[in-house]
Amino acid sequence: MSTSQEKPVESGVNYLNATYGIRSWLLTLDHKRIGLLYLGSITLMFFVGGMAAVLMRLHLTEPQGALFEPETYNKLFSTHGIIMVFFFLVPSIPATLGNFLIPLMIGARDVAFPKLNLMSWYIFITGAALALYATLSGGVDTGWTFYPPYSSLYSHTQVVAVALGVFVAGFSSILTGLNFIVTIHKMRAPGMTWFRLPLFIWAMYATSLIFVLGTPVIAITLFLLGMERILHVGIFDPSVGGDPLLFQHLFWFYSHPAVYIMILPGMGVVSELITAFSRKKIFGYAFVAFSSLSIAVISFVVWGHHMFVTGQSIYAGLVFSVLSFLVAIPSAVKVFNWTATLYKGSISYEAPMLYALGFIGLFTIGGLTGLFLAALATDVHLNGTYFIVAHFHYVMVGGAVMAYMGGLHFWWPKITGRLYPDLWARIAAAIIFIGFNLTFFPQFVLGYLGMPRRYAIYPAEFQVLNVMSSAGASILGIGYIIPLVYFIWSMRYGPPAGKNPWGAKGLEWTTQSPPLTQNFEEIPIVTEDAYNYASEAAHV
Amino acid sequence: MMGFLQSGFDSLAAMAAMMPLQPPAASTIANSVDQLYLMLSGITIFFSVLIFSIIFYFMLKYRRKSPNESGTQTHTPMSLELTWTIIPSLICVGLFVWSSSLYVRNGRPPASSTEIFVIGKQWMWHLQHPEGPREINELHVPVGVPVKLTMTSQDVIHDFYIPAFRVKKDVLPGRYSSIWFQPTETGTFHLFCAQYCGTNHSEMIGWVYVMSPTDYAVWLAGGEKTESMAAQGERLYSQFGCGNCHSPEAGSHAPSLAGIYGKPQKMQSGETRIVDEALIRQAIYFPNSVHLPNYQSIMPTYQGQIDEEQMLQLIAYVKSLGSEERMNGK
Repeated sequence: MSTSQEKPVESGVNYLNATYGIRSWLLTLDHKRIGLLYLGSITLMFFVGGMAAVLMRLHLTEPQGALFEPETYNKLFSTHGIIMVFFFLVPSIPATLGNFLIPLMIGARDVAFPKLNLMSWYIFITGAALALYATLSGGVDTGWTFYPPYSSLYSHTQVVAVALGVFVAGFSSILTGLNFIVTIHKMRAPGMTWFRLPLFIWAMYATSLIFVLGTPVIAITLFLLGMERILHVGIFDPSVGGDPLLFQHLFWFYSHPAVYIMILPGMGVVSELITAFSRKKIFGYAFVAFSSLSIAVISFVVWGHHMFVTGQSIYAGLVFSVLSFLVAIPSAVKVFNWTATLYKGSISYEAPMLYALGFIGLFTIGGLTGLFLAALATDVHLNGTYFIVAHFHYVMVGGAVMAYMGGLHFWWPKITGRLYPDLWARIAAAIIFIGFNLTFFPQFVLGYLGMPRRYAIYPAEFQVLNVMSSAGASILGIGYIIPLVYFIWSMRYGPPAGKNPWGAKGLEWTTQSPPLTQNFEEIPIVTEDAYNYASEAAHV
Repeated sequence: MMGFLQSGFDSLAAMAAMMPLQPPAASTIANSVDQLYLMLSGITIFFSVLIFSIIFYFMLKYRRKSPNESGTQTHTPMSLELTWTIIPSLICVGLFVWSSSLYVRNGRPPASSTEIFVIGKQWMWHLQHPEGPREINELHVPVGVPVKLTMTSQDVIHDFYIPAFRVKKDVLPGRYSSIWFQPTETGTFHLFCAQYCGTNHSEMIGWVYVMSPTDYAVWLAGGEKTESMAAQGERLYSQFGCGNCHSPEAGSHAPSLAGIYGKPQKMQSGETRIVDEALIRQAIYFPNSVHLPNYQSIMPTYQGQIDEEQMLQLIAYVKSLGSEERMNGK
């Protein structure tokens, strides 16, 4: 590592020690500090949602249910889904790493609208607080999908409070997306042309488009649901002329693109990690960049594949099926390009790279099993079963969370200026990988056998596979706690990281760790493409 | 080639029998769905193994040998990018054509299907055979006969799912959905609700009993003597005084119901609708939303007086009127 031999910056002022006190954090306009505020909030939400998952898996070790009444189980899976989707996965990479890195990567001093950025965080924690309040004061039992008329007329739980929490948090997404789009358009350093942008920025740009265009629809949908529940207006209620399927169309019009809100940033992170740890320019830069955009666009027209068995017309089914197959192509192109990037690279295996390779493997399986659900004839059998649960966890956890963990490990030295113990990090990555597969692989089989999801009790013949899945979940849980411990440890005791511990390219590695409040002493002038590892070889 | 595929499927099926990795396949469409499933599994395994092996090979071969080493920069050949765009596209087109034709074929019930009616409610399944017998959370059907289920929900959205038959359809309040299947072997199979419907969703389950035709006939004849659904509907028809307006003798207040089922009906708006279960239900629950030319909208709503089960019986009666009409040769 050529650059790690430079003297680590010591005694310098940086964004962490520039000002002190709780006020300096709660009123900060620094995108890096706001990123850390998000990091703290969503880590809390992740462990709340994770705790619900662990309790569910413990309950399901027995066919008759080991721990809870069905009512409690229903609240657990609803809480798990709502917290993880709306309050962890959606903001995860964009709000933490995106906030921290976008200005650093494009050579800017901050995002375009720093005050709006801080406001987004306050909006987010207001929504999160509402959702947590609702969970603690009775909970919600509708699943994260809120299908009426169950949610609007029959559920006796805190539907309105939770929906309001999600509604409020949505504005945080919209404002963050807006901020990022303007930042990427207007704040790039001199010489940072569109095709010199790191692919993480392209992914953030595509994600921001979905934030801005998709989130208003879920806001409207949940607003209508609240109206229906409080005032009994007949929008979704068929007994007064409404249509419950209208809700599903509106809900998935947002929530399918939301899947790409979760995975596109992960793809961006992985593009950075693969290049950095193989010291190579990304294979097919333009293909990877444009596949992000085409995924974002196509993601808006595939929502009907969630509704193949609702009784939508055969023709609608055919159209949504072909479009869903179509969205698989750019994802496949990305996987092939990442793999080809390794070719003739100089590959090392620090923890972030292990997460990146884990991502490629698990995302490949997650993506390919999506074909089973894009295909109409097999979807009829698999829809609503554990196959679905397994598929989207391979994408959301095996994909998005793996990438998030990889990204955190990669940029942690930049964020804190400290190194964490790499051996522990590698062990944790391996534990997470094993635990993940043990948890979710058996669920593919369970789904094919016909076990429906969201069952508090189940026929005894499904027990073996359920016990395997539960065993995996406990391993996975341990895997997630280890990084929490060494990350906290490293903030105080970790050795100083220096500017660029990985020998990586990118403007964020040219400034000190942790960076100055204003990011760069002087705004850099960009003269080369992203991932220009060839020039470094010449210099060494 | 087909023989090779067949023997491949057979040996896989034999493996599946040893390890329970496959649900029973007990309907005419089950095997065709399983073949597509196996093909998709094959594609998944092939590409996963391909990607994993390439990654592992590169990981070993191009492992960093000295700390200052950089990767050898390679250019991106367009031909390679096109290859790995076009090949997956072709595979997807093939899968789409295969799965869609199967779906369209599997979705069409044979004209000769026996019709059974299903009502989902929190948290049980009510079923009624046209001959009259009712069941709760159980469905008795004869083997080898196509059965069409006409389903609705009394409250929230449910989903009628028989894994062994590879059929599933949402059961919605306020509309009728249908599925059909033709069992190929006798036995007992799971029946699940596959759409989350509230507290005891996981107890909204039951069994499908596939019986030989003779056993089924015995089962139908056994138990309490019940009227056919059409006869029950006829009693409701007179109980609610429907004939006061709808019988041919009553004058021109309302259309006669004889022979209208399945026929096109011109609406006041000019559009033409087929008289089906949904339209009959709509006319009884929301008469103000069904305007016919030549008739005034004077029919009161029967929402709250006639429940979903009685509605199905009335529909059965209206359907039977069609056939009587033709029999009488009027």
